[in-house]
Amino acid sequence: MNERTLKGPQRWLVQAVLTLGAIALVTPLYWMLATSLKETGKEWLLPPQWIPSPFAFENYPAALTSLPFIYFFRNTIAIVVLATLGTLWTSTMAGFAFARLRFPLRNTLFACVLGTMMLPHVVTLIPTFLLFKSLGWLNTLLPLIVPYWFGGTAFSIFLSRQYFMGVPLELDEAARVDGASNYRIYFAIMLPLAGPLLAALTIFSVLQHWNDFMGPLIYVNSMQMRTLALGLRSFQGTMQTNFNLMMAAATVTVAPVIVLFFAAQRFFMRGVLLTGLAGR
Amino acid sequence: MSSVTATVVARRRGRSLLWREKVDGFVMIAPWLIGFVVLTVGPMLVSAGLAFTNYDILTPPKFTGTANLERLFADDLFYKSLRNTAIYTFLGVPLHVSVALLAAMLLNTKVAGQAFYRTAFYMPSMTPPVANALVWLWIYNPDFGLANIVLNAAHLPAQKWLWDKDMAIPSLILMSLWALGSQMITFLAGLQNVPPQLHEAAAIDGATALQRFRHITLPMLSPIILFNLIVALIGSFQVFTTAYIATNGGPENATLFFVLYLYRNGFEFFKMGYASALAWVLFLIVLVFTLIQFRLSKRWVYYEGDLKKG
Repeated sequence: MNERTLKGPQRWLVQAVLTLGAIALVTPLYWMLATSLKETGKEWLLPPQWIPSPFAFENYPAALTSLPFIYFFRNTIAIVVLATLGTLWTSTMAGFAFARLRFPLRNTLFACVLGTMMLPHVVTLIPTFLLFKSLGWLNTLLPLIVPYWFGGTAFSIFLSRQYFMGVPLELDEAARVDGASNYRIYFAIMLPLAGPLLAALTIFSVLQHWNDFMGPLIYVNSMQMRTLALGLRSFQGTMQTNFNLMMAAATVTVAPVIVLFFAAQRFFMRGVLLTGLAGR
Repeated sequence: MSSVTATVVARRRGRSLLWREKVDGFVMIAPWLIGFVVLTVGPMLVSAGLAFTNYDILTPPKFTGTANLERLFADDLFYKSLRNTAIYTFLGVPLHVSVALLAAMLLNTKVAGQAFYRTAFYMPSMTPPVANALVWLWIYNPDFGLANIVLNAAHLPAQKWLWDKDMAIPSLILMSLWALGSQMITFLAGLQNVPPQLHEAAAIDGATALQRFRHITLPMLSPIILFNLIVALIGSFQVFTTAYIATNGGPENATLFFVLYLYRNGFEFFKMGYASALAWVLFLIVLVFTLIQFRLSKRWVYYEGDLKKG
């Protein structure tokens, strides 16, 4: 760690700016939570109730039963788990090959990975949609899962390669002398050493799929196949004026992310430090 | 004799090992490579082809030559969406990157409650954009929203925010600024890699804080600044979710962004050919700006071990 130590008035100035900034950034989330606990009608009071009174906990069951949230949860969790598994497996394998194995065109192909990272995805959106449509995958979760079994994201391959480049070469050389195959080296030597990488990839992937909106919007139609993000949007249509219920539903989609953050806080920072750059 | 055989065997074994390595390399990148061809390169080419057709999904695509391009250049909404996106990007991205850098520098000091501040600054960048958009829709509510309550408390005139065509884009930029955390944390990671000796040596030589920022911190962080600028620019050109939820392009198309217009053409009007043409225009714009940034970066990005500039 390399932090600056400040003295005197400078320190107080920084402290004050940070406090104001933190208040400004946390207030919207607090406002969401506070509104979600206000009785119907009380969210419109001026001056506003900063602390709801009484706490209207009944908003939560009311919000969650007004739409089939149980399906939204089921679908979101299915996508998050299956897409993350695909990303973990296929991108670490590709990252290992790019970092450790010598094969023709390796650098050119890795340049393609980097190029994909900078590609605006809308350029592939329509043909990809047509492809999944012709496969009969519309209104299923498959278009939101299967692509991640084909290398995860370019970013996840980049991160994996970066990580494996940092593992000492002697380890796989020793195993190779003992006759271990490349697959064995990947599976039995590299993966067990890749805990921080797997943690970082998992966090980024879970967030990406939990938060994804455009994907479900395009591929999924019926209420039963919607995800939380898309379901929340349907809420906007049916509950336009019930801001307390809408905020209750929003809180339900935000809360797991915040829990994940606190549970995995140290992996977040380490995941970013992995590359010195990454993190999104 | 036996040593010669051993060498031959070893050499043959070595060669087969090299061969194995080549095969295994391709096997292990195969999932990505298949995905790259089927889900990236293929679709890019197909969308380039579709751009020259009329395609409504129900009937087969009809080749119409450059009709889509001609229509595009005469399409007021195309220019409008391009303009909106450019304003959003060129106002928002520099602001976003500078505020994130400032926040990272403040958070890189030893202050009481550092962990709390870092959490508070980082958290909003992780929460689902749909939820964020709904929360801000409520905050920006002209009659009962928190934003006007705050202005009112400061004796400032109330605003119509997202419902005012001149305020809508700045309001969305302010909202996106809320999620500065992901950029901030990359800057924070970068700042922790700046060797403290550099600052100490410069301070002994009498450099002021501003000079040290200009001549030490900025050059050392410049690769990360470049990375953040590129990522932010690409993301910003594709802004969709917040506008789709919060304003749906309004008022009076003031927040009709490029991808929103593309989405409408493709998935609401089923003009797949026209939408593909739009997609390629966006791709080319992003490509040009990314290349410009890389080209300009040679003048200001410093890489450690780069002797020419060292």
